[in-house]
Amino acid sequence: MNVCTMNTGNDKRAYSPDGMQEGSPYAVGIDIGSTCAKTIVMDRKGTIVYRNVRPTGWSSVETAEAIRQDLLANPRLKDLGCSLPRGGEDQGPVLRCVATGYGRISVPYADKCVTEISCHAKGAVHLFGSPDLNVIDIGGQDTKLIVIDNSMVAEFVMNDKCSAGTGRFLEIMANSLSVTPAELCEMASRGKETHISSLCTVFAESEVINLIGRGTPREDIAYAVVDSIVQKVKAQSGKLSFGKGALCLTGGLCDFAYFREMLGRTFRGEVLTSPDARFAGAVGAALYALALDVRL
Amino acid sequence: MADYVKMWEDLGMDLETHDLLCQVLPTAVGDVFMTQENRPKAMDFWDLVISEVHGIRPAELIEEQKKGRKVFGTFCVFVPDEVIVAANGIVTGLCGGSQFWVPGGEAVLPKNTCPLIKASVGARLGRTCPFFRIADVYVGETTCDGKKKAYEILGQDVPMLIMDVPQMKRPKDILKWKDEIAEFAEKVEEITGNRITVENLKEAIRIINEKRKALKRVYEARKSECLPISGRDSLLMTQISFFDDPERCAQMCNRLADELEERIRDGVSVVPAGTKRILLTGTPLAVPNWKLHNIIETSGAAVVCEEMCTGTRYFENLVDDSGETLEELFMALSERYMKNNCACFTPNPGRIEDIIRLAREYKADGVIDCSLKFCGLYDIEKKSVAEALKAEGIPVLSLETDYEDSDAGQLRTRIEAFVEMLNER
Repeated sequence: MNVCTMNTGNDKRAYSPDGMQEGSPYAVGIDIGSTCAKTIVMDRKGTIVYRNVRPTGWSSVETAEAIRQDLLANPRLKDLGCSLPRGGEDQGPVLRCVATGYGRISVPYADKCVTEISCHAKGAVHLFGSPDLNVIDIGGQDTKLIVIDNSMVAEFVMNDKCSAGTGRFLEIMANSLSVTPAELCEMASRGKETHISSLCTVFAESEVINLIGRGTPREDIAYAVVDSIVQKVKAQSGKLSFGKGALCLTGGLCDFAYFREMLGRTFRGEVLTSPDARFAGAVGAALYALALDVRL
Repeated sequence: MADYVKMWEDLGMDLETHDLLCQVLPTAVGDVFMTQENRPKAMDFWDLVISEVHGIRPAELIEEQKKGRKVFGTFCVFVPDEVIVAANGIVTGLCGGSQFWVPGGEAVLPKNTCPLIKASVGARLGRTCPFFRIADVYVGETTCDGKKKAYEILGQDVPMLIMDVPQMKRPKDILKWKDEIAEFAEKVEEITGNRITVENLKEAIRIINEKRKALKRVYEARKSECLPISGRDSLLMTQISFFDDPERCAQMCNRLADELEERIRDGVSVVPAGTKRILLTGTPLAVPNWKLHNIIETSGAAVVCEEMCTGTRYFENLVDDSGETLEELFMALSERYMKNNCACFTPNPGRIEDIIRLAREYKADGVIDCSLKFCGLYDIEKKSVAEALKAEGIPVLSLETDYEDSDAGQLRTRIEAFVEMLNER
């Protein structure tokens, strides 16, 4: 079932606490990515009061339902007797809810769907507190580069069908080395300079298997994997012009310090991140949800 | 639907496989076209043609062949229809636009060939398209390496004429194309058995110019802020115009244009006010490739113009018919056809000028530049197109896709995000 309405976008209402006059005390943003589903609940001041991440699994629909159950069971929301749109509970104030991510159409109780590009941009502006940013978001199946100028998306690029340079690529390579993605990044920091293809995941995987066969140390292979992702991102960045703002990393890879360091080295600058950077899409969605309650 | 099984059988088609194609097409037409609201009534003609796309026109072509007329199958807007029409020949487009034919093409071509070429070769070799069976001769052209080599493969199965399209636009290239047209005319005379004269060539130029003017009238209507027709319906009209009789095509397009002009006067639009207007540029969209138009127009935007071979490149610029010798008329043809800004030319600044001009004329809010996978020419040109548009302050989204549906979700995310971006501006 897809009850999401199209974002016809006539809604230029930006979130501003002063503009809020009525509606529910909280808004929900849900980002169903290919690997993880992130949920954010935000109060009307824009403060995050709840964050949750769970594996998307094989069914976005079931994941969306599990998120709904989690939200309804949350003490803070339960005490207020809040309900979700079209949730069947007509008790208490209805939480506005915006869904994003590739599974955005699978959230039947969302008021609206907004693409992950717009949500990541809005979320990044909120998290990093700057209206001008260059966002690199490395998700499970997509790597996005977004140039934000004056809090608006100026340009963006995404990878094609191939998963090279995405989180999935890192997962596949980590599996080949029998480590977790976090361990792979940590190992890479101790590796010697080694290179594999950044063009195609399948080619890269067979190159990794060749390296294993040749007895190349795991640390070196890990280095090559991280380098390959960084080079792919670098190549994608050639398709747009970064603006004057800072470079920041969102998405699942933001917690890996070595990856961020390598990215910074390649782009010759500091790469900002935030503890909530992996929630950037959900944060943006929650901000769009808050804006739904603003009466103009 | 009329029963065309006997005709398809006589054409030596693979009926069993063709049935599979016949089963999926109505669903695609229903999903893409019939879900639209408030369509122009004059679209009934194209709805009928597409509902029996492998029946109505093929049957007409066969009737004409019985009278001794020859059918020339073409793959490119560089082939001068006027020459064929002058010799009482019939032109039909042959480009394949369905994934259905791609595996057949991949059996003999490298996988990294563009889907249009793979589908065209697959449609011929798989014997699942009546147009590919009916054509007495195919006319190819040297617009890209993939086509040049694919024509060698097709040439083993069907008579082929190849026209050598210049790759630059110097005066000597225009002369060269004139000579190529003159040589083509001789071959057309041989095949049809009819002489090309100043009189019949002038008449053919008039007929094809009328068709161009009629198509242009429909496109002119799309410039209106009150958008009287969807991009999908306009695309269908353009696609079918490659297959139709040119005089009937002009008549039907004029009938549609009449209605669209009336709609504009009455303020009837197919989209809500404020819907973002998209100029689509890039590689051609052969029938039944409606994928991009469908995604764009179900993502809150409308396609208002196509700078494509299945678009403005097909009808812009008329042929000067004032010449009094064949030589002069061939030169006039060459001059008109060489105004086409296909990415096969180097350098190709004209295409960028066209895109910027069309974006303004059609009041486009943004441009989507999309090429078929493995079309190196248009893919490489994307960078200069994007830079030029950015310099003009026109937002652009560059995409690449093929005939498969597997990337529809990813395309939709990009296109929706682009529309959201335009809405926030």
